[in-house]
Amino acid sequence: MRFQAASDQTLLIYLGEEIGAAAHDRVARLVRLLQREPVRWLRNIQPAYCSLLITFDAAAVDHAEVQAKISELEKRAKKVPVAQPRLVEVPVCYGGEFGPDLEWVGAQRGLTAERVVELHIAPTYHAYFLGFAPGFAYLGDLPEEIAVSRLETPRKEVAAGSVGIAGRQSAIYPFGTPGGWRLIGRTPLEIFRRERDPMGLIAIGDQVKFRPITRAEFLAARQA
Amino acid sequence: MSLLVVEAAGLQTTVQDFGREGFGVLGVSASGAADTVALRLGNLLLENPPDTPALEMTLTGGTFLFPNGAVICLAGANFGAELDGKALELWRPHAILPGKRVALGATRDYARCYLCVAGGIGVADFLGSASTHLLSGLGGWKGRALHKGDVLPIGKLERNIRQRKLRPGVLETLKPGKKLRVTQGPQFDWFSEEARKALLGDEFAVSEESNRIGLRLDGPRLAARANAEMISEGTPVGAIQVTPSGQAILLFVEQQTTGGYPKIANVIGADLHSVGQLRPRDTIRFQEVSLAAARKQWIEQQELLAWEERLFA
Repeated sequence: MRFQAASDQTLLIYLGEEIGAAAHDRVARLVRLLQREPVRWLRNIQPAYCSLLITFDAAAVDHAEVQAKISELEKRAKKVPVAQPRLVEVPVCYGGEFGPDLEWVGAQRGLTAERVVELHIAPTYHAYFLGFAPGFAYLGDLPEEIAVSRLETPRKEVAAGSVGIAGRQSAIYPFGTPGGWRLIGRTPLEIFRRERDPMGLIAIGDQVKFRPITRAEFLAARQA
Repeated sequence: MSLLVVEAAGLQTTVQDFGREGFGVLGVSASGAADTVALRLGNLLLENPPDTPALEMTLTGGTFLFPNGAVICLAGANFGAELDGKALELWRPHAILPGKRVALGATRDYARCYLCVAGGIGVADFLGSASTHLLSGLGGWKGRALHKGDVLPIGKLERNIRQRKLRPGVLETLKPGKKLRVTQGPQFDWFSEEARKALLGDEFAVSEESNRIGLRLDGPRLAARANAEMISEGTPVGAIQVTPSGQAILLFVEQQTTGGYPKIANVIGADLHSVGQLRPRDTIRFQEVSLAAARKQWIEQQELLAWEERLFA
């Protein structure tokens, strides 16, 4: 574990130095412990692949006090039972107007569009954390064979439900937002809905499996 | 119920309070007022709770009709507010009689003016806050900036208003500045000596492409020493991140909650309200302070505001 002040009111806690299950397990356990035993001065927790950013009430405590408390909690975090991960199935209509970059990804990696889809649906993805926008889950690990760079210039508007890939990651855009990931398909599911409990379809630690559907199935699901 | 009718919306007018901090695990950024100090003082002058939702206007204000009247206070930047052709002073409560309208124009000094209403703006809470989050279209009034024709519920007109005034010197002490104090960012060591010197010695101009998500800063390119790939991590509000091309971006209230660019520095909590008042083309400078000094500034600012609130209680 390594600590680093990020600002006068935040502390970064690094629980590993490379993306993977080991670091993520420590992040998820510490998040769970902080949620179960909230600390008075804690204002926000932002988990990521290998780290946790803690925002604290700087009028109440300083970095050293936060660090001491987190060190103590982390010792116990190893014993915290983590919830059985949920398996979330996400139907996706690949290519065409819903996946404008599918052909490009294939061309880039010397694969047919069909092969790109096969590779994208092959893994059971792990939801490392949520960031960027409400409900936007960083899913890994995408097969190396279809790993591509982000767009040089992000699109101004990506449709809600769009499935994107970037590096060894995949994600689903919950809202119509700007976005720089390569889009290969779209799901009819609502990723984030404020009237639903939980609001996000995918939570940290969940497992995600993509399933291809036809355009007709997509449109039928949208109407349902 | 009293109403506020939007006759002209202004450039970007949203409902804001102190934001919804604490939902990082869901990927939700706090949002909230760009200048919480102005919002807090505006509410204080109306005897509202400090985090009461108000309208945040950006660079150019709107025109608002009050069919049932209201008590309002304008806080922050001077947008040349008028009532029946007469100037409305900032930082004091005004009773607006039924059927009157308040018209605001272009800014004369800073970026954001708050129209606070006694009793607040009545919008539904989302995750405990009335703040608008424009990127995801959540919170506030229909998750968006106000349009002409919108009709919002507001607090009632109270005719016997108390003419509150802030203590002399308070506004001067809390005046937004163009010299922003920073602490070292988590990847400060990744940057070359020249980049660090440039950050702390040179001027930067706020780009036109700046908003509540972030402010692009035009100035010297701040090259990172190693082109090491960074693993995405949580980003604090006020972080100055640097893209591979050396472009500095100051992350603000509606920021993405995580990011993979190295962060050279971070604006201190006590100066974040100044960031909210920066206009495009403003030139700014950064000054490095220690974490301990930053914390002292924060505590002093909070104590000053709390003291002012106690005087009004």
